[in-house]
Amino acid sequence: MEYIPERKQQMILCCECGVTIAPNPANMCVNCIQLQVDVTEGIPKHLNLQFCRNCERYLQPPATWLYCELESRELLALCLKKLKGLSKVRLIDAGFIWTEPHSRRIKVSLTIQKEVFAATILQQKFEIEYTVGNMQCPDCTKIMAKNMWKATVQVRQKVEHQRTFLYLEQLIIKHNMHLETTNIKVVKGGLDFQYADRSKAIKMVDFLQTVVPVRTKSSEQLISHDIHTSISNYKFTYSVEIVPTCKDDLICMSKKMANSLGQVSPIVLCTRVGGVIKVLDFSNLKTADITSDVYWRGDEISTVLSSSSLKEFYVIDVEPVRSAKNMGKFALADITVQRLSDVGKNNKEFIVRSHLGNLLNYGDTVLGYDLEVSNINNKFFERLSSENVPTVVLVKKSYSEKKRKRKQRNWKLKQLNKDEGELTAKKQAQKKIDNDYELFLRDLEEDPELRQNINLYKSDVPVKSSNSMAIDGEHIASDDDGDEFDDGEELPEVPLEELLDGLALNDDFDQDVEMDEDL
Amino acid sequence: MATRAQFENNNEIGVFSKLTNSYCLVATGGSTNFYSVFESVLDDVIPIVHTSINGTRIVGSLTAGNRNGLLVPFYTTDQELQHLRNSLPDEVAIQRVEERFSALGNVIACNDYVALVHPDLDKETEEIIADVLQVEVFKQTIADNVLVGSYCALSNHGGIVHPNTSVQDQDELSSLLQVPLVAGTVNRGSDVIGAGLVVNDWCAFAGLDTTSTELSVIESIFRLHDAQPSAIVNDMRDSLIDSLN
Repeated sequence: MEYIPERKQQMILCCECGVTIAPNPANMCVNCIQLQVDVTEGIPKHLNLQFCRNCERYLQPPATWLYCELESRELLALCLKKLKGLSKVRLIDAGFIWTEPHSRRIKVSLTIQKEVFAATILQQKFEIEYTVGNMQCPDCTKIMAKNMWKATVQVRQKVEHQRTFLYLEQLIIKHNMHLETTNIKVVKGGLDFQYADRSKAIKMVDFLQTVVPVRTKSSEQLISHDIHTSISNYKFTYSVEIVPTCKDDLICMSKKMANSLGQVSPIVLCTRVGGVIKVLDFSNLKTADITSDVYWRGDEISTVLSSSSLKEFYVIDVEPVRSAKNMGKFALADITVQRLSDVGKNNKEFIVRSHLGNLLNYGDTVLGYDLEVSNINNKFFERLSSENVPTVVLVKKSYSEKKRKRKQRNWKLKQLNKDEGELTAKKQAQKKIDNDYELFLRDLEEDPELRQNINLYKSDVPVKSSNSMAIDGEHIASDDDGDEFDDGEELPEVPLEELLDGLALNDDFDQDVEMDEDL
Repeated sequence: MATRAQFENNNEIGVFSKLTNSYCLVATGGSTNFYSVFESVLDDVIPIVHTSINGTRIVGSLTAGNRNGLLVPFYTTDQELQHLRNSLPDEVAIQRVEERFSALGNVIACNDYVALVHPDLDKETEEIIADVLQVEVFKQTIADNVLVGSYCALSNHGGIVHPNTSVQDQDELSSLLQVPLVAGTVNRGSDVIGAGLVVNDWCAFAGLDTTSTELSVIESIFRLHDAQPSAIVNDMRDSLIDSLN
């Protein structure tokens, strides 16, 4: 048997209060040590937190605003970061003590350790109370002050209708360029895209330059300047002017320009406005591209007639030009037309050389410019000899209004959230906007190439083409005549396979974008 | 009776004074406040000697002694030695010690009968201690500290040892010394007992920081409550009568 001595703990009296304790480096009981030294000394017990009521974020000094749930990790981290003097002690534990959310108080319980006398570590638990104070964050200040932008892109087009902007809107949606804007504002003659910083505005300008022919100008306004730090605060404005030419417009240019574009005739039709303007010489099917540089360089190209001046003509005869080759969907033909308004009244016929030889048949109606009765103020047009000027320029086939009424669209488009501001349309103007929109939709239906660049969505409940009543353009108002010439020809429509699923109209934009990514 | 004292703002009064039952040494300070404290208690009972050892003031750390004798380190000057001889009573033997551990107060703890010494002390020194102080000498440590003089304070009635001294060690030391021992502190928790406290059979002086709790421990273990110089005579008489009976 081995003797194992019993280890009895020797006891001493606490030097302050005389309580029996085991010896420790301070030779004092814990209570007396706590009375003598406060390890929480230097740690503030009351602090303020800044909270922005509007966006419900907390300020993390110096300048970050964080969204935190009550009693969340993030809030605890933020509370602890606010505590000065925590570096001198060892933090053992921290947690929230529940408080009423509306009390605007946050209580944090901390357990810390600190070395007090030589080799004596004292652990203490204590509470810190944070008072939540309100402070508006700079972002909200900007919103409140209606001063949301640092850079703005002003997109303008000096034309009567909105169709270019409707197309642009679809392009922007497709490329998600609207996500970085702080606001999109409708102004007279265009749209303002507002951005919180300059680089995003520049990105938008670059985007616009790739999709439409534009000329841009930038300007900056000094808001404030600190002479001590040489920090200046500017507002940047990018003015983007889109060429005032749209699809189906009649363009007239100087002889010199026409020659430089590949010997086209001075009067051409615009077939497409993309990165460049594509023009078609309807008398010989020559095409040319006009870049924005060329367009803006001199004052040598201008639009003389646009789609609002289109008149309807009745096709009497189509005689293809044998010698000419077909160009894509176009074929050169001599077409005999009569003004639709003249049908039954007189026999005034026009024989026109046109690119629509493939598309037109006897009995069709076609839209075209009636140069004989148009009043054109253009110096290049005036210089042309009258032999070179056609009397009628056919532009596109027209479809009877009756058929359109019966037709229901099985697709729809997304739209941007725009700030109409004070320009909220009056009844008359709204009619015009609806009209433009309807024409834009028709363009899409008729032109597959146009559809390529944008997203069309399936509409579950086919909406009746609602606005045929609203259409009051004279070139379409021909209901009664349509029936007689109804040859059963199908209207162009968008094939189902081109449509995308899932556009919930009430969804907000972010969700839409997610869907796009899924697709 | 225990008294608080301070030597020139320093609470380690055991370093600057040596108290025995037959004499008291105090360091020569800038003022006589420290001396006055001793004088108020010990006046006319035992001689209080102002001295230095080799010119230093740490007379308590450098010397060891009891009622029977005084040991001084070898570097004590002749003049100082002469001064001590002249000042101390004739029956107190004074001896220079040729010892490597020259801070004799730190390595020797003694009362009038027993001395605890540093385990590495020379054999010759041990003999000198036994001869001059007329004590039994034990090589000991206190709570694993070899500086036994620093970590305990002894009188003929009791002793205080380092607070970390285990119960077994206390029992062992107590049986060697034949007095009760207690683990305790002085100067508000300081464990350097020998430096904070000087004690003889009827009075004790502790550093100014010493708390009342510590003082009460000191008074109870050294039985100072009603202690007067005459009490010893009474005690002795009682025991003499006991033994004669």
